[in-house]
Amino acid sequence: MRIRVDSEKCEGHNRCKALAAELFDLDDLGYASAVAEGVVPPGAEDQARLAVSNCPEFAIEIVED
Amino acid sequence: MSDEHRPVEDWATDYDIFDPDYVKEPGPVWDDLRQRCPIAHTKRWGGSFMATRYEDVQQLVRMTPELSSRSPTIVPPSPELREEMIAEVKAYGSENPPITADPPEHKPYKQLILPFFTPKATDSYRAFTEDLCNTLIDGLVDKGQCDAAAEYAQQIPPRVIARILGIDPARGAEFTEWTQGVLELGQTNPELRTKYRRIIRDFFAELVAHRRENPSDDVVSTLIAAEVEGEALSDHSIIGICNLLLVAGIDTTWSSIGAALWHFAGHPEDRRRMVREPDLFPTAIEELLRFYGPVMMGRRILEPVTIAGTELTPGEKLILNFPAANRDPEVFDRADEVVLDRERNRHVAFGIGIHRCAGSNLARMEMDVALRTWFERIPEFELSDPDAVTWAGGQVRGPRSIPVRY
Ligand code: HEM
Ligand code: SF4
Repeated sequence: MRIRVDSEKCEGHNRCKALAAELFDLDDLGYASAVAEGVVPPGAEDQARLAVSNCPEFAIEIVED
Repeated sequence: MSDEHRPVEDWATDYDIFDPDYVKEPGPVWDDLRQRCPIAHTKRWGGSFMATRYEDVQQLVRMTPELSSRSPTIVPPSPELREEMIAEVKAYGSENPPITADPPEHKPYKQLILPFFTPKATDSYRAFTEDLCNTLIDGLVDKGQCDAAAEYAQQIPPRVIARILGIDPARGAEFTEWTQGVLELGQTNPELRTKYRRIIRDFFAELVAHRRENPSDDVVSTLIAAEVEGEALSDHSIIGICNLLLVAGIDTTWSSIGAALWHFAGHPEDRRRMVREPDLFPTAIEELLRFYGPVMMGRRILEPVTIAGTELTPGEKLILNFPAANRDPEVFDRADEVVLDRERNRHVAFGIGIHRCAGSNLARMEMDVALRTWFERIPEFELSDPDAVTWAGGQVRGPRSIPVRY
């Protein structure tokens, strides 16, 4: 699975980082990006889905299943 | 303004955000409006439209420049204060950036304050907040009863933000009074609004002058040293930003902590569940923010836009009703229930789009510490007099008195 954060949409709500700390990095202002080019390690798929479904800006998408 | 308190006959065409029954329990009105008239209108309090559906709110926050944040309060100031504010904005720029700024002016101001409110930065205030909450409980625990709003929830946010701004946390009660004066009571009382705006600005004018002489590494000194578009900030802007940082997090966060305690005091099942499963706090806090989201924001309509078949007419205000959007059944299953372990929760209690609450990480940390500390020390509590609970409403809604016994 691979995820992507749309930096145009991300407003730094920090929901993703709170729910799936290993999958996201925050910059100095608190905006998110996906770590490891968005590759979700095996076993972390549910966390990735949780992050997607809690981002109020609809900024995270699953690009490959 | 007594005419403003006529009973409401039709909420779709004549809503009153200060109606006492609505303030206590707005859910039924929101459900009715969402179905029947998703963009309601009123002539009261200066005239406004109000959006209650999630989808509409998501669209409206992105409609700039037609919808402007230059005056995000719902009730307009008195004509005199309005004149004064317009003259100042002409001379010095936005009143309380970033909340009163539109693109492109907004972004550099937001970027100036965000570093103070990242998850990492707010975590550094956690120990202070824990000490504060424990000290408050020390004074309450043996009494067997207290006012969970006035004696606990209300006491926390002013001291935490004072600490962050490098001002004296012991003056917390004053900061609360100023915030209530300019926001809660000031909404419907123009003299109070003018008076407390002056008090707050004078306080920060003095502080800025002092920090210019004695710089340190605090927020105010950082703002003094900062540049926007290659130019240092005017005192007017620095005072405006500090004013915003002081007041934006006080009655809002206090309302959220209070509403959560009120919920648990009245819902023993939910209270017991949190005692049994404290790991649920992060998820439960998001759900309480969804259900009891305290804040609605205003926009000034500068140019006509159409939303859900309604044309918004320039000159009036638009209310972005985030709390109503949070209970939209199109988006949330069992929207009208508090589901403590709700997994999918895209609530918009902190707003959305470019004006997303800069203090959201701080507010969440304060809620987390306040609730965990209360539950550790007073796990069993209930409302001692449900009829004595009072709510403040309008732009920020939350309980102001919650008598509990334990
Ligand atoms: C539970 C508590 C809180 C709630 C529900 C809340 C809610 C909101 C909302 C809905 C907005 C969006 C404004 C808009 O769209 O015009 C906002 C903006 C803002 N809030 Fe909060 N807030 C809370 C606590 C705080 C705290 C603790 C601070 C700390 C300083 C803070 C500082 C700000 C600032 C600076 C903005 C302006 C952001 C911008 O315009 O870009 N808030 N808040
Ligand atoms: S939850 Fe969404 S908006 Fe928030 S930081 Fe993550 S990607 Fe950005």
